[in-house]
Amino acid sequence: MTAVDSQNIMDTGPATDTAAPPPAEPERRNWAPYLLSLPALALYAVLLLVPLAMTFLLSLNSFGFYTGIQDVWQLGNYIDIVTDDYFHEIFLRTFRIAVLVTLLCAVLGAPEAYVLRRMKSPWRGLCLLVVLGPLLISVVSRTLGWALLFGSTGIINTALMSIGLIATPIEFMYTETGVVIALTHVLVPFMVLSVWASLQRLDPQVENAALSLGAKPFTVLRRVVLPQVVPGILSGSIIVFALAASAFATPAIIGGRRLKVAATLAYDEFLNTLNWPLGAAVAILLLIANVVIIVGCNRLIERRYKQVFE
Amino acid sequence: MNRNGPIALIFHTLFLAFLLAPILIVCVVAFTSQGYLSLPTQGLSLRWFKAIADNPEFVRAFRDSLVLGAISSTLAVGFSIPAALAIARHQFPGREAITALFLSPLMVPHIVLGIAFLRFFTQIGLGGTFAGLVLSHVVIILPFALRLILAASTGMDRSIENAAASLGATSWTTFRRVTLPLILPGVASGWVLAFINSFDEVTMTVFIASPETTTLPVRLFLYIQDNIDPLVAAVSAALIFMTVGAMLVLDRLYGLERLLVGRGQE
Repeated sequence: MTAVDSQNIMDTGPATDTAAPPPAEPERRNWAPYLLSLPALALYAVLLLVPLAMTFLLSLNSFGFYTGIQDVWQLGNYIDIVTDDYFHEIFLRTFRIAVLVTLLCAVLGAPEAYVLRRMKSPWRGLCLLVVLGPLLISVVSRTLGWALLFGSTGIINTALMSIGLIATPIEFMYTETGVVIALTHVLVPFMVLSVWASLQRLDPQVENAALSLGAKPFTVLRRVVLPQVVPGILSGSIIVFALAASAFATPAIIGGRRLKVAATLAYDEFLNTLNWPLGAAVAILLLIANVVIIVGCNRLIERRYKQVFE
Repeated sequence: MNRNGPIALIFHTLFLAFLLAPILIVCVVAFTSQGYLSLPTQGLSLRWFKAIADNPEFVRAFRDSLVLGAISSTLAVGFSIPAALAIARHQFPGREAITALFLSPLMVPHIVLGIAFLRFFTQIGLGGTFAGLVLSHVVIILPFALRLILAASTGMDRSIENAAASLGATSWTTFRRVTLPLILPGVASGWVLAFINSFDEVTMTVFIASPETTTLPVRLFLYIQDNIDPLVAAVSAALIFMTVGAMLVLDRLYGLERLLVGRGQE
């Protein structure tokens, strides 16, 4: 299938290519890239744009428990979401969790990336493997680990109480605290990656130069390292925030059915309540919020830190 | 002077402990000899790993995940190669827009894609089918494959292709014998990253999988929602061991940093 595809594509474009003298050149330059992109473009048109458009249309339908999905066009679902306190609470909780997770990831991930960069050769590679490795392990398995630590074995509370940090067990399962901790664990590698990439552009000799000119280590960190790293932290924050706000598996397992976030709300409306139009409306709102935040923040960062990216 | 002080090293140790704790606990609990969730204080046992074999739905889901990952990442690579070559070598009106479109699934939350595909597939009669799973996975993993193949094609030296063409090779021969071998490392790593993303995907798949055709993460997720027992710990531990194995091989062959940091995101 694949070979055939590329063969057809490669053959249509370059037919002019080998035999043709100069006159064919502009012809090929005009059409080849479009023909080459065509299969993927067609795939996206059918499998991305059409389903998303259908979801938007679905979100305008209405739903009744006895009548099912009604094929009418109205904004009732959106009005419900905007006016109902129940939905406010869920969206507010989603936002709060995403902000906290983003902050925690920045506070933990950025220093870790810096420490990693200053490590010596064999250790650095090994530690980077440990930090990035969890990205390849299924989110479900990682969240299961937190469920075991929080709940069944109660290992965290036992440890905290035995060193005298707390007197009574902290409730982690089915709480926002638990969801925030588990999501931070799932997403912090993205922050490390992002900051790591921005640190690659910083020449260690610049730090040495500042030191040799008499700057204190803290001043070097604040005046030399930090300005270089901030764009990395910001673009890492966008990724983490977007993923945290739309996270599903971790809040579903740690938060359970009672502690709903936007994604688990949409899931419940779809597969339990069967109110598809309302679930679709929640999804569309999530999508819009996501795109606005990602595109908007990226623009801002690029404009503000143009000189760093070049 | 570029060395870590004691505070930095303590922070680093705590950070690694935080990252590893939940993964280690899964692996430890999986070896319990008890019939309930517990740390294996009474001696290690493989009984829960043996129990996996008695639960054919896990084994079947694992096999389906592997097949799904292999087919969809191969398709994604097939779509990506021509697209990457077009973007890497041609300046044409709409180039930026097309690139942005190709990478756009990265911006759409998987929960939204799950809902969109559920609606779409039920309407066109592909609901709950394996074909539906493959198609949806191709869309979400294509950006990962495309990015790495794009990076490889951008950095490629075109003079060798010109040499082949000037020596009379047809364009298909040039592609097969010159271009493809040169971008092969990018293609291979794109395939691997696409496979991993397909294999680990749960949020979108949970909407479009059916009890007959489901993936391992979805099966695990649905099971965990009902109850958590040593069996799911054993399945997860087995998954973790396999992932770590694959990771070490990948790191040897290609470099994990290169794969994940992904050069040439611009």
